[in-house]
Amino acid sequence: MSAYFATRPRTRLGLLLTPPLLWLVVAYLGSIVLLLLTAFWTVNGFTGRAEPAFQFGNLVAVVTDPLYRDVALRTLLVALSVTVIDAVVAFPMAFYMAKIASPRNRAFFLVAVTTPLWASYLAKAYAWRVLFEPNGPIDIVTGGHSPGYGLPATVVTLAYLWLPYMVIPLYAGFDRVPASLLEASADLGASTGRTVRSVVLPLVFPAIAAGSIFTFSLSFGDYIAVTIVGGKTQLLANLIYGQLVTANNQPLAAALSIVPLLAVILYLLAMRRTGALENV
Amino acid sequence: MEFSPAFRIGLRICMWIGLALLYIPLILIVVNSFNASKTFAFPPTGFTLEWWIAASRSTGAVNALGTSIVAGVGATVIALLLGTMAAFAVQRYRFFGRNTISFLVALPITLPGIVTGLALFSTFSAVLGPVGVGLGIGTVIVGHATFCIVIVFNNVQARLRRLGTSLEEASADLGGTGWQTFRYVTFPSIRGALVAGALLAFALSFDEIVVTTFTAGAEVQTLPIWIFGNLFRPNQAPVVNVVAAVLTIVAIVPVWLSQRLAGDSVTSRV
Repeated sequence: MSAYFATRPRTRLGLLLTPPLLWLVVAYLGSIVLLLLTAFWTVNGFTGRAEPAFQFGNLVAVVTDPLYRDVALRTLLVALSVTVIDAVVAFPMAFYMAKIASPRNRAFFLVAVTTPLWASYLAKAYAWRVLFEPNGPIDIVTGGHSPGYGLPATVVTLAYLWLPYMVIPLYAGFDRVPASLLEASADLGASTGRTVRSVVLPLVFPAIAAGSIFTFSLSFGDYIAVTIVGGKTQLLANLIYGQLVTANNQPLAAALSIVPLLAVILYLLAMRRTGALENV
Repeated sequence: MEFSPAFRIGLRICMWIGLALLYIPLILIVVNSFNASKTFAFPPTGFTLEWWIAASRSTGAVNALGTSIVAGVGATVIALLLGTMAAFAVQRYRFFGRNTISFLVALPITLPGIVTGLALFSTFSAVLGPVGVGLGIGTVIVGHATFCIVIVFNNVQARLRRLGTSLEEASADLGGTGWQTFRYVTFPSIRGALVAGALLAFALSFDEIVVTTFTAGAEVQTLPIWIFGNLFRPNQAPVVNVVAAVLTIVAIVPVWLSQRLAGDSVTSRV
């Protein structure tokens, strides 16, 4: 039998590729297509079930309803703030790990930065709920000036949750910056600031873009963290969940979910222009 | 010296502040699970094991743990098979659309969880509903497997790339059949990557909540779903604290193990 396959590499390739492709293309991409289709469906008033009765009402509601527009803008703002905060915090950390720390310390720092990624998401969000509590640790440390549950707490919690997703690609980006270029820059008389600005930053920018894909996309689809620390704040994913579960309106939920889908696809396309997708 | 001493010290301080920020919430969770104060007043008033004993008797949490393990094992097995097959196809063959495969495999974790969750929910209710199959542990496993494939794929692909084909060619030149080459040459070389990929896929499944919410239905509760359901109940707070502490401590073990088995695998989630 192996002789049969040995002479037919195309058959072997076909056997290797068919199961994963069936799963990802038929089941997964098929589901995404169905999701897009259900956005045009109608809820049957009698049965409460979504039925394929074609209409544009759901999409029109998503585009025109000021509530949806406000929430979509708020979600975009949260995703962008989280991305900027993570980039600013991760930059010196990744810089230090890749270019300043000794190789032995580097391995230690890498494990130290990546390990929290695997601690339970809910445990971490819950920790921030405890931190932001009235009379909680942040309240005590700031002398009663904790922002409490709300939008700032949501941004901080999300930035915390996704920070390792920014540090790791950024570290890889710094690691690829040749030491010779830094030496050349210094030999030619550049100050530290000039070397960072004109040599390091342009070289690691695709890595920042790569990390930002995770921080942006993960923030855009999150409704758990905002429920835990956001008080009454609502993000897009809360609305989608509410339409599906509370209002039992699957078509409107599907229409709303096109917004994060489009946002992430547009973001991916924008980041691809920076070369972020090639060297990750 | 490319960078000034002040700059190096500045970076070093940022590094340690960053690490402190990453670990303070984790430490807080573990400390709070031993906090004697019923309201978890801060700073802790004393040390107690009461909550740990209460948590071990919480049938809801223990049952949910069992469900999570079943879901994680099921999803990991599927991800191992499909991820390894895709990795071999991409690393050992040249074909049209080869670059698309990596993109396709990563798509389920690149798109927001709410999109993946709702899309799978639509398919399950449209395809399985009419034939009388409801949401349950089976649909959870399918959902988790979908986004776990990429973890195994990345691990195995990276290992195959570093491995090259020379050993496999040598085996074939020495008369090894395709099966023998796989059994005695290829498989032992990728075993570490498979174990690491499996551990990380299991960890990802074990922690997932968004896709699970949409695919589990009303009956099935994984541990994250259980925690989320009890998070806002003040009388359950002590048990939630302990479960969160357990998850924090336990998560470090598979990461440490996979780090030992395949040097670069901790980064494969990214």
